Amino acid sequence: MRFQFILSEIGIGLRRNLSMTVSVILVTFVSLTFVGAAVLTQMQISKLKGEWYDKVEISVFLCPQGSTKPTCAAGEATGEQIDAIEGLLAQPDVASEIQSVDFETKDEAWVLFSQDYSDRWWFDALTVDDMSASFRIKLTDPEQYQVINDVLNGRPGVEEVRDQRQVFEPLFLVLNRATLLSVGLAGVMLLAAVLLITTTIRLSALSRKRETGIMRLVGASNFFIQLPFMLEGAIAATVGALLSMGGLWLGVKVLIEDWLGQSVQWIPYITTSDVWIIAPILVGVAFLLAAISSIVTLSRYTKV
Amino acid sequence: MIRLENVSKVYARGARPALDDVSLEVERGEFVFLVGASGSGKSTFLRLVLREERATSGNVYVAGRNLQTLSNWKVPTLRRQIGAVFQDFRLLPTKTVFENVAFALQVIGKPRHHIMTTVPETLDMVGLAGKEKRRPHELSGGEQQRVAIARAFVNRPSILLCDEPTGNLDPTTSLGIMRLLDRINRTGTTVVMATHDDEIVDQMRKRVIELSTGELVRDQSRGVYGSAR
Repeated sequence: MRFQFILSEIGIGLRRNLSMTVSVILVTFVSLTFVGAAVLTQMQISKLKGEWYDKVEISVFLCPQGSTKPTCAAGEATGEQIDAIEGLLAQPDVASEIQSVDFETKDEAWVLFSQDYSDRWWFDALTVDDMSASFRIKLTDPEQYQVINDVLNGRPGVEEVRDQRQVFEPLFLVLNRATLLSVGLAGVMLLAAVLLITTTIRLSALSRKRETGIMRLVGASNFFIQLPFMLEGAIAATVGALLSMGGLWLGVKVLIEDWLGQSVQWIPYITTSDVWIIAPILVGVAFLLAAISSIVTLSRYTKV
Repeated sequence: MIRLENVSKVYARGARPALDDVSLEVERGEFVFLVGASGSGKSTFLRLVLREERATSGNVYVAGRNLQTLSNWKVPTLRRQIGAVFQDFRLLPTKTVFENVAFALQVIGKPRHHIMTTVPETLDMVGLAGKEKRRPHELSGGEQQRVAIARAFVNRPSILLCDEPTGNLDPTTSLGIMRLLDRINRTGTTVVMATHDDEIVDQMRKRVIELSTGELVRDQSRGVYGSAR
């Protein structure tokens, strides 16, 4: 009887303030979508880091023919210069940072290059002599790029030392900025949600003043009087959370799995299963939201 | 059943007290009229007994509890022993007669079978058998007040407080309501009724407590409305 009665009271309350209920649902939906987007972006970043930082290399390009760099004044890198560089890399304090070193000759570079770009209009203007030989160095700790740079940069025969990580940093920067933006918007929307839930509960309590007055009079407990209001907020917020889960799932499915995932395949992407991982967080936030708002609002109605 | 010891109630600091050093006792099963002009403190008295207000000084005892020291979370238990009826009925317009009365039991968590037997019994007792499915606006004033009394009495309280229950009713209807309250009183329920209705008070010849500007000026068994007439 009790349970059924509370349920019917909640139903009445939700229906009576239908437009407010809908607005609570929408605001929690939008705010939690931003929260979820922020979390998913961070998941994407850590996924990229996990995958890429293992593959990241330092490329030491050796002088090709006709380079204008001062270190290349002597023309194409000679066998002696290459040996000298190998010797530097073999020094104990440098070698300890290095996981592996591969040497890529001009010809190997040309083969790889022609695989990728042979269909471009400018390809015919190039020859194997335009390629650079290079060392591909993999570090045990990708952050230690500077050590190699200090040792090799400016050596005769070295045209350029390039850290591949720097190629990815702008991407991470963009993703991190996007996260910040999401978090900021989520914050604003969450505030709006709290205020809206508070107002909804207050309205609901006002419109049921007669009922609650009688309840108090006949000796209903505070908890019993407040429970329907609390659950009203909680239900609306939870529906918002479920909607945001659906929205994020759809977003990841359409934008990432079906679109980005098909067109740019070399990147490891977050998947819809990651959405399920953050789902409990979203529902938790929604519940917390409703709980805080209810407690704040209802403390004013707890006077017996 | 109800005992006031030197009770004063001041609503705003510096204002004239709504109740001024009132001491009185109402025994179990008594029927008491509370009379006096508007603003004499009748409503404050009822609010103190219901613990809607706390006395500024003195002690209020209801059903063996000292309300001055009663903690907030025990107030609902106290109120389950008190029924209250008001001049404006305070019914829920969207609920039927049956639902209005059942509401009082539902919100204190009574089981369904208990409600299903008690509510019809009570409605029968107040003379509303057959009108269970009506809504308040389909009833006359007297019938609405009967619903309110049924709701106040359905949990068999030991005290029934009535704040001008006949204030909105014509004399004939009022008489019916008084008969009903009298019957409830005969079941052993203590009834305290605040009223302006001199005819009723004179007719019933019950104990009369008169308040004037917050002071107890008369406590007379088998009394009449006007004291000095």
